[in-house]
Amino acid sequence: MKFDKPAGTNPIDRMAVVGRPTPRIDGPLKVSGKAPYAYEQQDVPGKPAYGYILGSAVAKGTISAIDTTRAERAPGVLSVVTHRNAGKLGKGRMNTAHLLAGPKVEHYHQAVAVVVAETFEQARAAASLINVDYARESGAFDLAAARAGAKDATGSDAPTSVGDFAGAFASAGVQLDQTYTTPDQSHAMMEPHATIAAWEGDSLTIWTSNQMINWGVKELAATLQMPPEKVRLISPYIGGGFGGKLFLRTDAVMAALSARAVKRPVKVALQRPLIPNNTTHRPATIQRIRIGCGSDGRITAIGHESWSGDLEGGGPEAATQQTKLLYAGANRMTALRLAVLDLPEGNAMRAPGEAPGLMALEVAMDEMAEKLGMDPVAFRVVNDTQVDPEDPSRPFSQRNLVRCLEEGARRFGWNRRKAPGQGREGRWLVGMGVAAAFRNNINGKSGARVRLDRAGGVTVETDMTDIGTGTYTIIAQTAAEMLGVPLAKVTVKLGDSAFPVSAGSGGQWGANSSTSGVYAACVKLRDMVVGKLGFGPGDAQFEGGQVRVGNRVADIADAAKGGELVAEDTMEYGDLAKTFQQSTFGAHFVEAAVDRYTGETRIRRMLAVCAAGRILNPISARSQVIGAMTMGVGGALMEELAVDKRFGFFVNHDLAGYEVPVHMDIPHQDVVFLDEADDKVSPMKAKGVGELGLCGVGAAVANAVYNATGIRVREYPLTLDKYLDRLGEVA
Amino acid sequence: MRPFTYEKATSAQDAAAKAAAMPGARFIAGGTNLLDLMKLEIETPSHLIDVNGLGLDRIEEIDGGGLRIGALVRNTDLAADQRVRKDYAVLTRALVAGASGQLRNKATTAGNLLQRTRCPYFYDTNMPCNKRKPGSGCAALGGFSRQLGVIGTSDACIATHPSDMAVAMRVLDASVETIRPDGTTRAIPIAEFHTLPGETPHIETALEKGEMIISVALPRPRGGTHIYRKVRDRASYAFALVSVAAVIQRDGKGAVALGGVAPKPWRVEEAEALLPQGPKAVADRLFAGARPREDNAFKLTLAQRTIASVMAEAKA
Repeated sequence: MKFDKPAGTNPIDRMAVVGRPTPRIDGPLKVSGKAPYAYEQQDVPGKPAYGYILGSAVAKGTISAIDTTRAERAPGVLSVVTHRNAGKLGKGRMNTAHLLAGPKVEHYHQAVAVVVAETFEQARAAASLINVDYARESGAFDLAAARAGAKDATGSDAPTSVGDFAGAFASAGVQLDQTYTTPDQSHAMMEPHATIAAWEGDSLTIWTSNQMINWGVKELAATLQMPPEKVRLISPYIGGGFGGKLFLRTDAVMAALSARAVKRPVKVALQRPLIPNNTTHRPATIQRIRIGCGSDGRITAIGHESWSGDLEGGGPEAATQQTKLLYAGANRMTALRLAVLDLPEGNAMRAPGEAPGLMALEVAMDEMAEKLGMDPVAFRVVNDTQVDPEDPSRPFSQRNLVRCLEEGARRFGWNRRKAPGQGREGRWLVGMGVAAAFRNNINGKSGARVRLDRAGGVTVETDMTDIGTGTYTIIAQTAAEMLGVPLAKVTVKLGDSAFPVSAGSGGQWGANSSTSGVYAACVKLRDMVVGKLGFGPGDAQFEGGQVRVGNRVADIADAAKGGELVAEDTMEYGDLAKTFQQSTFGAHFVEAAVDRYTGETRIRRMLAVCAAGRILNPISARSQVIGAMTMGVGGALMEELAVDKRFGFFVNHDLAGYEVPVHMDIPHQDVVFLDEADDKVSPMKAKGVGELGLCGVGAAVANAVYNATGIRVREYPLTLDKYLDRLGEVA
Repeated sequence: MRPFTYEKATSAQDAAAKAAAMPGARFIAGGTNLLDLMKLEIETPSHLIDVNGLGLDRIEEIDGGGLRIGALVRNTDLAADQRVRKDYAVLTRALVAGASGQLRNKATTAGNLLQRTRCPYFYDTNMPCNKRKPGSGCAALGGFSRQLGVIGTSDACIATHPSDMAVAMRVLDASVETIRPDGTTRAIPIAEFHTLPGETPHIETALEKGEMIISVALPRPRGGTHIYRKVRDRASYAFALVSVAAVIQRDGKGAVALGGVAPKPWRVEEAEALLPQGPKAVADRLFAGARPREDNAFKLTLAQRTIASVMAEAKA
C-alpha cells in the first residue's frame, strides 16, 4: 500500500481501541521474568559456550604481537579468536570502525580477542592471560583542539544559507553571539549488548538485542561475507537501546565467529566497563549560535554552527537540524563541521542532532528573550512559523508549537516566575525555565503479516522491535481496531528476520511506521474476509468480532472456517513529506532549586506538553515522554563521558562513574498531549514522541537554573563546579 | 577472576592466624567491594577466609559508656540501631548517605573501613596505578581527577577514601579494635587507622599482616547536633564530591571531619578551634598545604561552603 495523499476517514478513526490508555500486553511476561532477553534465550540448539571479549588497551596503534597460548591452555577454554584466526572480515556500511581490531587498533576497548570457554568465569579468567603488545600511536582526542581543522560536512549535512545572514545579523538591533558545549554521552541502557549465535551448516542464527532487525541481518552478512539469506536474527525483547543498538556491534560478530570456531552455540555479552568505549556514543559538540532581532522581538537573522568529531569516515552530530525549521527569520545559516578524532565511534543516541542542538539553541533563545526584555514564552510565540523557513512553499503538515507553549505556561503557573536570582526558599534558590521541543517526523517503509485463525484469533508478525517502548501493545491495538476484535484476541510476534521487514525502532519513527504497516496488512485481510464471507462489495464494518455489509452479518471467525487467512503488505510513502514538513512539537517547563551553599541542583517539577499527532496509547506514550524527560535531566545535570586527552578514552566507563539520574533526582512529572491527528503523515495520523520528550529538556533545566541563580552556564552538564564560585558569599 | 581457595574461619584468632600463614589470603565479609574487584582482577587473592559467622555481628554497650560495634555488623543494622540513632546520629546519617539499601544490607562495618578507592584509573587495569601495581605510575595525575583528592595526597597517588561511615567515625573519635595472629589485641585510633599514600599508596591502613578488625568502639556520647552533609552530582547512590560530618555543641564548639577530599577521613583538630571564626577560617586551616588539580580545585570552595551550610544548619 502506498500512502501518497492525505488520509481520509478510516477504521482507525473510530478509536475504540487505538488511542485508549492500554497497559502493555507484554507487561506480565516482563514482570514475571518470562520474556527472554538475548542472553537468556533457551531455544538454542545445544548448550552454549561463553565468550568474553578483551578490549584494546590503547586508543590508536597496531597490535605488534598477541600471545594467546596461556589463555588457550586455561581451564575450560575452547578457543581464542583474534584477527589472526578469524578469517577475512568485511565491514558493515554503518560501522565506522571494525568490530574486531587487528593488526590496526582504531579506538580504545575495540575488541581484540574473544575467549570461548565452558563457563563465563573461565572465559573471563582466561581473557586476562592474553598477552598483547601494542605499538601505540599518538592520536587526536580533544575536540576543542581539533576544531580549527574541522571540515564542512557534506551531503544532507552540508551547510545551508538563506538570504543574507551576515548582513542581517550585523545590522540587527539586538544581537546574541554565544558558544555552548555539550559532552560525549553514553546510552547507558540497562541491558548490555548481548548475543547468542548458532550455526547449522552455513546458516547462522543469532539471538541478540538489536533495534533494527533488517539492518542487523545485512550488516552481519556483510561483515561475515556471507549471503544475508543465510542469517536469521531474532530479537523479541530489548532492554533499552536509545540508538546504541541500531547497528551491528561486536557482541554479534564475536558470538558468530566463536560459534563457528567451537562448532556449538556461543553467548557473548559486553561487560559493562567495555560498553562506553567499545560501542557508539553521542559525540560532544561545540556550538556557536548567533541571533539578530528587531526591537519587536522578531528574528531577522539566525545562525547555528556546530563542531563535532568522529573517527575518519564517520559523521557529524547534526546539532543544527532543528534550527533550519524551528523559528521564523528571513536570513539564516547553519553549518556542521566535522573533525577527525581518534576517540571511539560516535553515532546516534536518542534524538541525535536535536537533543544537543536544542540544549544550545533553546538557551540562546532564553538569553535573547532577556536581552529583548521579553518573556521567553512570548518571544518564541512571536517567532513561530507555519512554513519551512528555508522554503516557505512548504507548509508544516500540522504545527501547534504555540499551543504547547501557551497551554504549558498556563498549567505550570509560568506567570509566577520571578526575575533571575529572585526566587528564594530558605537555602534554596528557585527558578523556572522553558524550552521548545522539536523533532522531525520520519516515516519508514514497514511491512507486516496478519493471520486470522478459525477461532477468530489474529496474529501479527513483523520484524519490528519493542525496545521497551510499547510496540507490542500499539500493534495489537491497531490490529484489534482494524479487524473489530477484542485486544485479547490479538497475538503479536516481533523481532524476527523471518517476519516481514519493518521500519524498526529508531528516530521515533517506529510507532507510526510499524502500525501503518500493520494497517496495510489489515486492509488486505479485511478484503479477504469480506471475499471469503461472500458479502460482495460494500462498506464493510468490522466490529465486536463481527463483519457487517449492509444487512449481512457474520462472525469474523467464519471467514477462516476453511483455513487460516493470511495477508501481508508493506506501507510505503509518496512525497507528502516533501510537500509538507512533518515534525513534532512540544514545550518543556521545569522548576529547579539550587542550594545556595553547595550549588547542588534539584529538579522540583517538570511538565511536557506535546503535539505529536494522534497518540496511539496514552499510557505508553506518557511512559516514553517521562523517560525522555528523565534522560534530559541527566544530560543537563550530570551525564558526561570524561575524555582522557592523553590516552584517548572515556575514563568513567561504568555506571558508577557515568552517572544517570536515580529516583531521588526525578520529581513530579506531568505530560500533556494535545488532541491531534495529522492526516498528512500516515493512515494512523500519528507521529513519534519517544525523542520529542527529550528534545529541549536540557535547555529547560539550564534556563531554570539560570532563573534560580542568575548565573548562565553554557557548558553541559551543569555540574556545581562550573558556577560555585559565582553563587555569592555565604556566611 | 582468578581461581582461589576458600575456607570458613572458626574464630577471629583462627582467621588472623590463617591470613598470616597463607600468602595472598584475604578476609571476606559482605564482599560488596572485594568481589567486584576480583572480577576485574584488581584484587587477585589466592585464598579467601570467610569471617561471617564468628559472632562479630553484635552491637554492645561498653561499661562506663560507649558502644562496641562488631566488625560484621551490617551497615543497615548499624544505621538502624536505636542507640546509634539517639547518641551517634552522625553515624546513622553517614551510613544511609552511602551506597544503596541492597548494598548496605550486605556491607559490614570492617569492610566499609577497608573498601578501596573508586579512582577510575585504579579500576582500569590498562592504566598505570601505583595503588594497584606499585611502581607503575599514576594515570590520574594529569588525567581526569574531578573526584580525586586535594590534600594528603602524594606524587604517587591522589586517590580518595570513598567511605561515608569512616568520616562519621572519625568525627566521633572511634577506635578500631583488632586481633593479631598471635591472639593479642589492640585498639587503633581511627585517626591512625588509614595511612597517607606517600610513596606506598598500596598500603592503606595500619593493619599488620594477618591482623583482623573485630570491632569498632565509639566513646561515650557527647551530645551536640549531629550533621552529615554529603554533596554529590546526583541525589543518591554516588560518591561524595565533598562530605562533612559534624558534631556541633550549643556553645558553637565542635568536631568536623571531611570526606571526598583525601585518602582518609580528613580532620584537623586545630581547625575546630576556629569554628567561632566561621567556615573560611576552618576551611583554610583544614586545607593548609592542599595540592588540588585543575579538575578538582573546586573542592576547596565546595568544602568551605559545605562547612558553612553545616554551621548554619547547626545554628538553626
